[in-house]
Amino acid sequence: MKLDFTPEETAFRDEVRAFLKDALPDDLRQKMINRDHLTKDDTVRWQRILNARGWAVTHWPVQYGGQAWTPAQRYIFQEEMALAHAPEGSPFNVNMIGPVLCEFGTDAQKEQFLAATANIDIWWCQGFSEPGAGSDLASLKTMAVRDGDHYVLNGQKIWTTQAQHADWMFGLFRTDSSGRKQQGITFLLLDMKTPGITVRPIETIDGEHDANEVFFDDVRVPVENIIGEEGKGWDVAKHLLGSERSGIARIGLSKERLSQLRELESRLARDGTLTEEEQRRLAHKLAEVEVELRALELTQLRVVAADAHGGGANAAASILKVKGTEMQQRMTELVTELAGPAGLSMPDHDHAPNDPGEGWVAAAAPFYFTMRKVSIFGGSNEVQKNIIAKTMLGL
Amino acid sequence: MDFDLNDEQKMLQETVTRFVAGTYDFQKREHALRTPEGWSREAYAGLAEMGLLALPFAEEDGGFGGGGVEMMVVMEALGRGLMVEPFFATVVLAGGVLRHGALAAQRAAIVPGIVEGTRILALAHNEKGLPRHTLTARTTAAPSNGTWTLDGRKIAVIHGQSADTLIISAMTDKGLSLFLVDAGTEGVTIEGTRGYDGVPIAAVALSAVTVPADALIGADGQGEAILSAMFEEATAALVAEGVGAMAETFDVTVDYLKTRQQFGVAIGSFQALQHRAVDMLMQLELSRSMAILAALSLDIDADQRSRNISAAKAQIGKAGRIIGQEAVQMHGAIGITAEYKVGHAFKRLTAIDALLGDRDWHLAQLVEKRGVYPAAT
Repeated sequence: MKLDFTPEETAFRDEVRAFLKDALPDDLRQKMINRDHLTKDDTVRWQRILNARGWAVTHWPVQYGGQAWTPAQRYIFQEEMALAHAPEGSPFNVNMIGPVLCEFGTDAQKEQFLAATANIDIWWCQGFSEPGAGSDLASLKTMAVRDGDHYVLNGQKIWTTQAQHADWMFGLFRTDSSGRKQQGITFLLLDMKTPGITVRPIETIDGEHDANEVFFDDVRVPVENIIGEEGKGWDVAKHLLGSERSGIARIGLSKERLSQLRELESRLARDGTLTEEEQRRLAHKLAEVEVELRALELTQLRVVAADAHGGGANAAASILKVKGTEMQQRMTELVTELAGPAGLSMPDHDHAPNDPGEGWVAAAAPFYFTMRKVSIFGGSNEVQKNIIAKTMLGL
Repeated sequence: MDFDLNDEQKMLQETVTRFVAGTYDFQKREHALRTPEGWSREAYAGLAEMGLLALPFAEEDGGFGGGGVEMMVVMEALGRGLMVEPFFATVVLAGGVLRHGALAAQRAAIVPGIVEGTRILALAHNEKGLPRHTLTARTTAAPSNGTWTLDGRKIAVIHGQSADTLIISAMTDKGLSLFLVDAGTEGVTIEGTRGYDGVPIAAVALSAVTVPADALIGADGQGEAILSAMFEEATAALVAEGVGAMAETFDVTVDYLKTRQQFGVAIGSFQALQHRAVDMLMQLELSRSMAILAALSLDIDADQRSRNISAAKAQIGKAGRIIGQEAVQMHGAIGITAEYKVGHAFKRLTAIDALLGDRDWHLAQLVEKRGVYPAAT
């Protein structure tokens, strides 16, 4: 047993760190530090910089632009990205549809989409959830009825992140209602410019517009846009939600937020914002949160090490999403406590604060509010616990 | 980065796990608790036969030179069995003092008996009216004509009643110092009792106890340094014992959820209990990670070592409460009966938090050092 990374891994870390120092534009770094909302252009610009370096889609197969990295390298890369305040790129392109196309796509689909997806020449959105199908995703009802060379779509998706920017959607649609609900679901790709698609914004509690409702009214999708076979979309969706786990606890993000908290702890003690008693209580809370973060980090590293020789199901891996999201949320909660009443003012995207060091105050609460989503999307933590109870404990 | 045991460590793990499972089931433990001494000489001899009592001692002292990982493996297995025998008292606590402070002649006189299992040692350090985990004492040791005279009272001396030799902490003019005192020395009074976890403890009174000059361990005034080095290693070992006790508690609870029928179904089919079982699993895995961290920290620089070990003990304190309390709750009334294993595991987990600095104590250490992580470079 040993904790240290190998000399090769350490050299890799240095290489990543040096690249990020040079390549990440200052304005993006500052936005990330201030927890500003990123525009579509921000995300695209950064992903193209990464893509030019070959690091936009590192966990795709090498033949499609990925890197033959070890789990440890993936972990290091993600941690360095977070610590450097680099944006993550589009999860829909990088982590969802890309790997699905690599695994299930036809040659023509790979040709049409993969390079464009890696470079965000195509911006994807995900059409999964519906008003009546959230945690119980397989009960989705939006119909895709075969009509000659097309499927005709009718129904509604909801919580569709960034649909207002999207060029294409990948989604799950019902082609058959006769059998078990997991059967009869088909995975389709659709051009968002197709007639009959209506996107309506949903404002979220952070005051931002990321989520949408998407309505389908006789939307005609060519049959060749199917991924896999008709009625087998559930298997494709499971693949999409299941594979990558070297960075699932997002330790790097939590570490970056911890360093912000430590910095604020010093600053607010110095400028008189925190009383001595408050400083004492904060120090205790930070110690508690660091103990848990360290334990989670080690647990993530155990999984990374296990994945290096084959991986497989293990108890440590199963807890990472639940504990990782709780940790991220706890960090934002603490920053919001520190902002206090000054944090009641909402961020003004058009005007940077006079003192650039004060951007965190207005960003604290909206970030806390929006981070509640991380324990809800991608399978809520309650659903995760159901899965762990069944698969790991046999309950 | 590697979290696998090497072949020798795996063999050690298999050997000790098989021994505990095969020879120390819950009925055997119950029987040992009812004997006058409150523990099993036979089981302890078994540990000696396997060479486990030699584990941490240097090879030149007749030991195996085992490190943190080997100790973790053994303590986790003993934790699974809730073993009450004096391994921790004699090998980890007293043995740690000898390894970190005793002169070669002192080690030569004592370690062989420890390794054979024929000599039991106990550390008498805690006192009433002092902080619960501290490097000071009110007991005094005064020099005169080549001897030392000790006076004071010690409490919570683990395995004090069975000890052949006590290690007494006492203040001299030069500070905290440690002394080897035969239990039969005139002026030593030992009152044995049982801890709530079943482990024998004793109160030790020292009244004008005179010992020769070579009873002093190491040098006069070295006690603080010796104890603090030993306490860190012992804390890592105790954390591993906690993981073993938690793992056993968790497994027993999950089995119970699968077999206990109420309302016509296994109670493990209820989501309220499933999610809480998963919470227990999460605490167990986080704790296991920290036991590994602590075990691997024994040879790193002092500042980070003590941060890591305090973080591990703080985690174990929290997890032990969650897992212990939830295990009892999910068992219902059977969980609070003395004849069932889970309640005993809960009590041992409670004691593990209390010993060598509880969660609050270690969090305070971390506050003092500004956290678990070193300052940003």
